[in-house]
Amino acid sequence: MSDTTARPSFVAPLVANWRQYIPYLGFVLIFAFFSATLFNQGFLEPTNQLNILRQTAMISIMSVGMTYVLSAGEIDLSIGMVAGLISCVVAVAMDHFGVVAGVAAGLAAGGVVGLVNGLLTTRIGIPSFLTTLAMMGIARGTAMWMTQTKSIPILDDGYNWLFGGGNLGPIPVLVIWTAVVAVVGHVVLRRTTFGRRVLATGGSETAARYSGIDTKGIKMRVLVISSLGAALAGMLYAGRLHSGRFQLGEGDELSVIAAAVLGGTSLFGGSGTVVGSIVGSLMIGVINNGLLLMGLEYSQQLIARGIIIIIAVAISQSRK
Amino acid sequence: MSDSVADNPATRPFAVRLTGVTKTFGGVTALSDVSLDVRVGEIHALLGENGAGKSTILKILNGVHAPTAGRIEVYGEPLDVHTPEAAKRAGIGMIFQEMSLVPTLSAAQNIFLNNEAKDGLGLIDDKAAARRARELFETLGVEIDPKALVGDLSAGQRQLTEIVKAISRNVRVLILDEPTTALSGGEVEKLFAFLRRLKSEGVAIIYVSHRMDEITRIADRATILRDGRHVVTAPMSELTLDRIIEYIVGRRSRGFSDVERRDASRGAPLLEVRSLSGPRKPVSVDLTLYAGEVVGVAGLLGSGRSALARVLFGIDRKRAGEILIRGAPVEIASPRDAIAKGMALVPEDRLRQGLILEHSVESNTSLSILDRLASWLFVSSAKASEAADRQIDGLRIKTASRDAAVRTLSGGNQQKVVIGKWLNAEPDIFVLDEPTGGVDIGSKAEIIALVRDLAARGKAVLVISSELSELLTASDRIVVMSDGRIVSEAARDAFDDPNPNNDVGEQLQFAERKLSQIIQKAHAHV
Repeated sequence: MSDTTARPSFVAPLVANWRQYIPYLGFVLIFAFFSATLFNQGFLEPTNQLNILRQTAMISIMSVGMTYVLSAGEIDLSIGMVAGLISCVVAVAMDHFGVVAGVAAGLAAGGVVGLVNGLLTTRIGIPSFLTTLAMMGIARGTAMWMTQTKSIPILDDGYNWLFGGGNLGPIPVLVIWTAVVAVVGHVVLRRTTFGRRVLATGGSETAARYSGIDTKGIKMRVLVISSLGAALAGMLYAGRLHSGRFQLGEGDELSVIAAAVLGGTSLFGGSGTVVGSIVGSLMIGVINNGLLLMGLEYSQQLIARGIIIIIAVAISQSRK
Repeated sequence: MSDSVADNPATRPFAVRLTGVTKTFGGVTALSDVSLDVRVGEIHALLGENGAGKSTILKILNGVHAPTAGRIEVYGEPLDVHTPEAAKRAGIGMIFQEMSLVPTLSAAQNIFLNNEAKDGLGLIDDKAAARRARELFETLGVEIDPKALVGDLSAGQRQLTEIVKAISRNVRVLILDEPTTALSGGEVEKLFAFLRRLKSEGVAIIYVSHRMDEITRIADRATILRDGRHVVTAPMSELTLDRIIEYIVGRRSRGFSDVERRDASRGAPLLEVRSLSGPRKPVSVDLTLYAGEVVGVAGLLGSGRSALARVLFGIDRKRAGEILIRGAPVEIASPRDAIAKGMALVPEDRLRQGLILEHSVESNTSLSILDRLASWLFVSSAKASEAADRQIDGLRIKTASRDAAVRTLSGGNQQKVVIGKWLNAEPDIFVLDEPTGGVDIGSKAEIIALVRDLAARGKAVLVISSELSELLTASDRIVVMSDGRIVSEAARDAFDDPNPNNDVGEQLQFAERKLSQIIQKAHAHV
């Protein structure tokens, strides 16, 4: 071929940075695999594709918050339970005081949880791993207590449209929520002083502090962002299922952390990508959907999903 | 020397002999036809700038790399297999800067780790280990309780334990890479006494350090490398400090003795400190820094020099006293406050406090000025790149690009990135804590020249350093700290050599001796 001499100049940067494309490559491979094997089961049908997006919306949204927390060198284990709690808070508040109060109460409760996580972590110095581990139980317990472990129905159609099953033209509102959170999350992390400070804090807390960055304030803020993300996810769960239930969001923290790590965010802080986390979430969504269409039993799905995630994370960690 | 080995050192057999060693990585030649011989019972310094090939030699000796060409003999036996295990079997042991001891185990347990004494039942016999460790410590003149937890030992004691561990495994060639970075003055003395003892036992020691004062005291001979080539091997008695520097950097760079001392005219007081005390140190410090002046802070490790810097910069809490900037009292509760008041701190531990190693040069140099690079909340990447390039050009930082991770730079260039970060912030008051620690000699001279330049531009500079030659070259005034207090203060002239016929090197040596005496005396009085 005559263009072989010209090729390196175009290929070289891609080859040099090939590792950072691993998450995307992994997504494409998994997607291609299911497309080929499940072609006759309707995997590629637009309805199924939209379903995947709808089902992963909450994980995607929480993974954006998690990207901030991990990038700042912290972790938030409470998000799944907080999402469940907020679904109950919204349902109960709406039942008594109407839609606006319900949404406001949900966001406020999410903010309070984040503040408590942040204060305990930065002022008292309890590692966020433990703070948020304890918060898991507190959130879950509060949700069970306030609902007497019952499901609280949400009858407002407007709410259920905006936070659940609605469509704008062909596009589900859940997808729009995800896109908005992802775009804002990406721009703030990449392009603002706050984003730079988050990455600096996670890269080296001491060096960041010596450079004049208020590292405690940063950590406080990322934990609040993560809780607000969980609150939004909880409201979306509630809208989708027309009810608040304490079980909603159960186990999501693990999917969300896996999504962020799959996407290339470091568990040790200092590097994170919102786009990667979204791709990681979609990867998990595609895996869940594909395994379901394959006709695996739930028990088999759990095992297969675990193995696929381990393989994917192992490959994405090999860059170290 | 009244050592037990009374024979002529120059005729002792070779412990290690490298002949014509070449090492290439891909197309890059790291070592070219290098020879190194170390005799039994000799301390041999290996000198050169970062990147001169020292680490490559150490890695070859250590079995990490195989040479591309050349011969290696250890005690006359050719070393043909190049693996860490083979090097260990041949009796080569390297002491790492980051020590390989387990803090939660005792000294004795560490020494025999993975090599434990067993009793009749095959269980670990800690008593026997402690006994054998005690014997080792006694023969080698080390005062450490074998049962003490390593985590409770001082940095110096840990270092000695590490070396004893190597010796217990029949190491006959000991490689030390910057062994004194974490040690206090007293501990350095103990280490040196110990090394002399090992030497008299016939151990061959290869000693790598950037600290010239230590090299001149401890080494018998030195081999100097430059750009992967052997420059000279000579007994220390035939090498002066200036000649060593000349060999190390070649003609292309400057030594300390020609750092330009443009006499900056002293301006108004920029920073005044009155009876300032920190959490433990400093204790009631009074100090005034004038515009256009460099003040050096001398003292032993733990004398409160870095603590003073930390309190000034708002990292440690101020317990008492007053800080005035341009005559006005200020409260500095955090580094942010200090920066807002026009102060900058180049901290002592660049890897932990100064840099985010995994991040790029650009991201590090923009950290101090994020707000200035932003319009509204958004950081302008054009401005950030410009700020990075300004420092890369201005300080001649050698880096693949402004996007390269700082981790990939040499020590000297990393330090320039830290300095560049603060130059970008355009402060008036600089506090530099060990600005040349772990930095090669060429960059050292550049950094000191930069300090003089800052003063000439009307900045006030406080330089903390353990290297006296550097302090004397940089400063207009020198204060000595001991036990948290300033115990002595003198203008640079006070250290001048009364004999005008001495050359620059001799004058510097005279000043060093005088300053060293003051420091030691201050320490003795505590």
